[in-house]
Order: sequence, then C-alpha cells, then structure tokens
Amino acid sequence: MDLGPHAAFIWASYAIYGLVLAALVVWLIWDGSRLKAKLADLEARGVTRRSQRAATPPRGS
Amino acid sequence: MTQQSLTQRLANPTRFMELSGWILPWLAAAAAALIAYALYLAFFVAPPDYQQGETVKIMFIHVPAAWLGMMGYALIAVSSFGYLVFRHPLADVSAKAAAPIGAAFAFLALATGSLWGKPMWGTYWVWDARLTSMLILLFLYLGLMALRSAIEDDALAGKLCAVLGLVGVSILPIIKFSVDWWNTLHQPASVIRMDGPTIHSDLLWPLLFSAVGFSLLFFALHMKGMRNEVLRRRLESLTMAEVDRARTIPSASAAAE
Amino acid sequence: MSAFLTLLKRDLLLQVREGGAVGTALGFYLVVVALMPLGLGPDLNLLSRIAPGVLWIALLLAALLSLPRIFEADDEDGSLEVMATGDLPLELATAAKALAHWISTGIPLALLAPVLGILLNLDLAAYPVLVATMLAGTPAISFLGAVGAALTLRARRGGLLLALLVLPLYIPTLIFGIAAISAATGGPSGFTASFLILVAISLFSLVIGPLAAAAAIRFQTQ
Repeated sequence: MDLGPHAAFIWASYAIYGLVLAALVVWLIWDGSRLKAKLADLEARGVTRRSQRAATPPRGS
Repeated sequence: MTQQSLTQRLANPTRFMELSGWILPWLAAAAAALIAYALYLAFFVAPPDYQQGETVKIMFIHVPAAWLGMMGYALIAVSSFGYLVFRHPLADVSAKAAAPIGAAFAFLALATGSLWGKPMWGTYWVWDARLTSMLILLFLYLGLMALRSAIEDDALAGKLCAVLGLVGVSILPIIKFSVDWWNTLHQPASVIRMDGPTIHSDLLWPLLFSAVGFSLLFFALHMKGMRNEVLRRRLESLTMAEVDRARTIPSASAAAE
Repeated sequence: MSAFLTLLKRDLLLQVREGGAVGTALGFYLVVVALMPLGLGPDLNLLSRIAPGVLWIALLLAALLSLPRIFEADDEDGSLEVMATGDLPLELATAAKALAHWISTGIPLALLAPVLGILLNLDLAAYPVLVATMLAGTPAISFLGAVGAALTLRARRGGLLLALLVLPLYIPTLIFGIAAISAATGGPSGFTASFLILVAISLFSLVIGPLAAAAAIRFQTQ
C-alpha cells in the first residue's frame, strides 16, 4: 500500500499508538492477575472478609 | 428513587465488581471491533486528502487521542467532586484509575501531533495553541500522579488528589484562554488548524469510528483499572488484618474484626 | 477581623525575622537572572528582547523556593492543628499566611525586578509596566503557591513536587504579565486588557487559594 512520501511518519504514529495502548492493556491485565493471585493466596490461608466470614477459626500462619 | 438506588447499588464495591465483571468483556469486544473497523476504513477505504496527502491518516488517531486526553481529566474532575462532596467510596478509585489512561492519551496526542507536524510544517514541534494546551494538560496529569505516589496514606492521598484535581479543572479554562491569547500574540497571521480547513465526508467515517472505538477502549481500561484498585484495597485491608491477627493472642483474633 | 490581622502580623514578623529567608529568595532571583547572559551570550539586543520573559520566569522560580515556608514551621510545632480547629476559619488563616508571603516575598521580588532589568538591558519604557504587572501578578503566585504548599506539606520530595504542581498553575499569570509588558513597549496594543486579566487572575486566586489550601490542611490534621 503506497502511503506517499511521508509513509514513515504514518507508520510511526500508528506504531507508537499501538505500543502505548498495548503496554497499558498488558500492565492492567498483569496487575489484575497478580492481585487476584495474592488474594487467593490469603484466602487459602484462611484470611477472609467480613462478608464472606465462615465459622472456621483462622490457622495461625 | 430508582436513580438513588442505582447509585447506592453502584457504590457498593462488591456490587461494582459483579456488574463490571459482566460488562467489561462486552465493552472490550465492542471497542476492539470498532477500532478494527476504523483501521480498515482508514487504510483501505479513505482517500488521501487533497492538501495533506496520506498523512491525513494520522488525524484518525490524533484527534481521538486529544479528545480522550481531555475527557480523562473531566472524568477525574467529576470523580474528585464526587469524592469530596458525596464521599462516594468508588469515586477515588475512579479518579486514580483514570489518571494514567488520560495521561497516556494526552501523550499520544502530543506524539502523533508531532509526527503529523513534521511532514506538514517541517518541524517536529510547533507551539500552536492546541498542542501547547495539551502539553500543559499532560503536566497536570503528571502532577496528580506524582502527588498520589508521594503520600503514603491511601485515604489522605485520595483526598489531596481530589483537591488538586478540582483546582486544576477550575484553572484549566483560564490556562486554555491564556494559551490561545499567547498564540495569537505571536502568530497573528496564520491560524494553524490541526484538522485542516474542512473534513471531507469520506474522511469523516474512519474518524468517527476511531473516536467511538477508542472511547470505548478508554472506558474498558478505566473499568479494568478500577477493578484492579478495588482488589488492591481489599488485599491491603486483609493484609493489615492478618498482621494485626498475627500480633495479638490467637484466641482474641475474632475481636480484630 | 482582628484575629486575621494578628495572624498576618505574626506571620510577617516570622518571615522577616527568620534570618535571610527573604534574602535567599532575592539572591536566587539575582543569580538566575545573571546566569541568562552567561548562558545565552551578552548580545544586548537579544537580552532586551527576552528580558521581560526572563525576569518573570526567574521570579516564579525564586518564589517557588520560599513557598514551603508558608506552612512548614507551623506544622512542625503543632500550631497548624490549633489553627485548623480555632475560632478564625481556616480559610481566613491560610489567606492571612498567603498574604504575609506576598508582602514579605512577592513584593520585594517585584521591586527587585527593575534593578535586575538593568542587567538584561530592559527597554526603559518597560520599567514602570514591569513593576506594575509584577505587583499585580505576584498575589496569584503567593495564593496559588499556598495551595501547592498545603498539598505537599507532608509529602515525600515535597519541594520538587511543589514545583511540578504549581508551575502549570502560574502559566496564565506568566502569559498575561508578559503580554502586558509587550503591549506597553510597542507590541500589539491591548495593555489595559492584559493588565485587567492579570488582576482578575490574581483575584480569582485570592478566592480559590485559601479554599483549597484550607481543605488540604484539614485533611492532613484530622
């Protein structure tokens, strides 16, 4: 596809746009799964929230 | 009453997580579809502009970025207001999540504007009113993010950032006005418009789809950021509770809650 | 009213007595302005063209240095909490402190500017305008600066953060201050318009500054 004499600028613009947005998406997803993993870990160790509190006593870890 | 109960329902973080967990995939899919279609239109359908040639294709992403950079700050202002005035618990989460996304789009507006400017006017940067205003907006974003990271207490950081956000938004029109004034002082002759004198209708469709698509993407990213922040705060309070529990006598642990 | 004046007088005395604090700001102003020809070359034509801009920007930077002092000392010894819960509304207290900053630091900087203008070969016609615009614009610097000082009171890297937060807010004052000077020295007409807008911005800051600063202090002393 011929984008004229200034093609490099067009590609560069779309590239940096894609890069920055991709970085945002990746960071948000990675951050989210890391947080979920930590929360799951705490839950496995018996630390629960008020609204989910079961009757089980906490194991002192 | 429906309005009130909707707000009350949304204010509950758990409810927010349920609702957003359901909405987010659809939002992201819609955004991806619209952006893909916009890109198709941009590269395979849109003709070159009679003045700017093919570089007009940069406009399809530059204009939405500028618009979203501004909308991000408006979102922060509304969230800040909600937090300070109504103590809406998710308002601070909203403001915190919006900042990096808005700043990213402001940066992209500047970067694409710069890359558009080189073939158009021969330089990578020109101090026209709109680019300059966007640069100052980026500074305001950076200030918000810097302030938040400089204060350890989450709740206090939220409140102070809300104050800064509101101060920023009330000075923003004055800044815009002063930059426009400054620009006409120094460039009385030509009025440089980033989108050309008029937009041909063939170029309008890719622009519209792009604008809507990236706006949906913004909201999807914002929602995801809010979800992450809710999880982060949950994690923090659970960790604190566990630390307390580990420090007190085991039998008295129930009292920690 | 008397509480306001008492606080104002107290702060003025503190600012002035705190050996050399004001002097440091003035000295910084002098040094920065002197750096300009050293960095840009001694061409007097060039210097006289950039003189208004340089004088204004250096003034902003010098003022930035002195801003943390508005609330720091009182925060350290607990007086700030007393003010937050005292009879005088905190908004008026912060206004008094910002006003003290303007009188003790803003005005001297504005009065030093024409002297420094000599170093930059400032156009003679510009001298009275320079002082007038600076006197009209420095209240905005003190009052908006007070917001920054209040927000960064207990933040890490407070001084640098203060600069980052506050400099964008100074942009309108800077633009209209310079516009007024250029208009008066033969540039495009519109001195009155620029000057009035400059004054309006300062008045606006007189309202928003104390409100925001008081809110920020209240959140930190609760």
